Amino acid sequence: MSEVMTLGWHQFRLERKQFWRNPSAAFFGFVLPIVFLLIIGALTDAKHRDIVVPGIAGMNVMASTFNALGMNLTFRREQGLLKRTRGTPMPTISYLGGILANVAFNAVVQVALVIVAGKLLFGLPWPHHWIELIIFTVVGVFSFSALGVAFSHVIPNFDAAPAYTNFVYLPSILIGGVFFDPATSSAVLSDIARVMPISHFVEGMRGSIRVDGGLSHHTGDLAVLALWGAAGLWFAIRGFSWDQRRA
Amino acid sequence: MMGAVSTSPAIEVCGLRKAYGEHEAVRGIDFTVGRGEVFGLLGPNGAGKTTTVEILEGYRARDAGEVSVLGFDPERRERALREKLGIVLQSCGFDRHLSPRELVEHWATLYPHPRDPAEVIALVGLEDKQDDLVRKLSGGQQRRLDLALALVGDPDLIFLDEPTTGFDPAARRAAWGAIRALRDLGKTVLLTTHYLDEAQELSDRVAIIKDGRILAIGTPGELGVGAAQRVRVTWRDEDGDLQEREVDDPTQLLNDLTADALARGSSVRELTVVRPSLEDVYLELTAEETEETVGV
Repeated sequence: MSEVMTLGWHQFRLERKQFWRNPSAAFFGFVLPIVFLLIIGALTDAKHRDIVVPGIAGMNVMASTFNALGMNLTFRREQGLLKRTRGTPMPTISYLGGILANVAFNAVVQVALVIVAGKLLFGLPWPHHWIELIIFTVVGVFSFSALGVAFSHVIPNFDAAPAYTNFVYLPSILIGGVFFDPATSSAVLSDIARVMPISHFVEGMRGSIRVDGGLSHHTGDLAVLALWGAAGLWFAIRGFSWDQRRA
Repeated sequence: MMGAVSTSPAIEVCGLRKAYGEHEAVRGIDFTVGRGEVFGLLGPNGAGKTTTVEILEGYRARDAGEVSVLGFDPERRERALREKLGIVLQSCGFDRHLSPRELVEHWATLYPHPRDPAEVIALVGLEDKQDDLVRKLSGGQQRRLDLALALVGDPDLIFLDEPTTGFDPAARRAAWGAIRALRDLGKTVLLTTHYLDEAQELSDRVAIIKDGRILAIGTPGELGVGAAQRVRVTWRDEDGDLQEREVDDPTQLLNDLTADALARGSSVRELTVVRPSLEDVYLELTAEETEETVGV
């Protein structure tokens, strides 16, 4: 067991090294969230700014887990990296664990960044319900990661990966309550938003920040988010392929 | 018991079959690879080479037949077997933002008794490039890094799937040198190739495979003289026409030709006596097979 952990830790460190050596990934990971926070914060009147931090946090958690895994695993599968690793004694759980820990680390850092920046740039209060914040972050990272791994099986090749991920990601953040309260949008859109994981994640994050929030008010959101995660995990494991399918 | 394991063949394949849907990629093949042997699977594209190798590597499940790799059934994917294998895939990329040294050092941590990463990098001739990022290496250098990753775990058995496809002649020579070095280290190597000269140059024994069947098996020399015993004699006769004759034993024919020429006080012009090369055997075998298939 300890060897599985050690090898997973090696993989995680290797992933971190690669992340920092790729300037565009580091930029999108850590500068873009703040830029978005500034823009959306400036566009929103002071009364409604409490939606900005949870929205941008949701957007970033999804981008750094779902999008990143969808693209990264497609790349690794297409390039034969998954297959090469499968031919070594490396335990699967260490390898995938290292990769997942890497994206989870990015997501958690981004949530923290957005909260701190919200406080410093717009004078927003600190979250009122830390437990809810932590639980939603953990479940959100798990669910979007599982969905990202599952989605990577749908993407046919790396060239198509940005188009496929954006096809899910952009509508999600637009109608999922990242930029405005979904309750104010049209009936059809708010019905769609109601089933999407992103809206429940943002809703939960919002609850953790507001005085009138708290986990007890958002168990439904947590359940929907976790259900998506469970479905994602099922498809991620069922459909996992180490090798590019033969054309 | 340990002794029995280590003297048993490295690979034993018996009646191996594999189909993808309707297409039968491997149709019942048998071969054995001894310890320390370099064994070549030679055949055209689509012959079933990669399918066979991927079954032995544990990537694919077989439909039928018995397979033993270092005493293990590869399909069960036991870690103890993977610790003893080095696999070079036909085409495989790398994590682009790492250096050869970082990759080889990381790979060494995956194995129980790795070789010194610096030594392995030197063995494949990448010392000068070891700290460059992988994406800056040339194609040939990346293939050498493939080999380094396969060797750093100090495997007993190494699979090389078309190791020089797409290489320029210089890179090919270099790769051949690296593969010969493996034999000198006492490693067992299973090599697939569709290049005859490569099979002839590197292998102790060769199996010629086509349409999922093994057509001939033996040392390159045996395949050259054994499978096709005939010798081809060509010369230019007194009318200036090129003559060609295939015979089992050229002694009598040569005697007739030279006696005849001497009697006329001339010489046998442009005389050649050629034993079939592996290439001739290969072409003959694969052509016959095609005719058979067409006939059916």
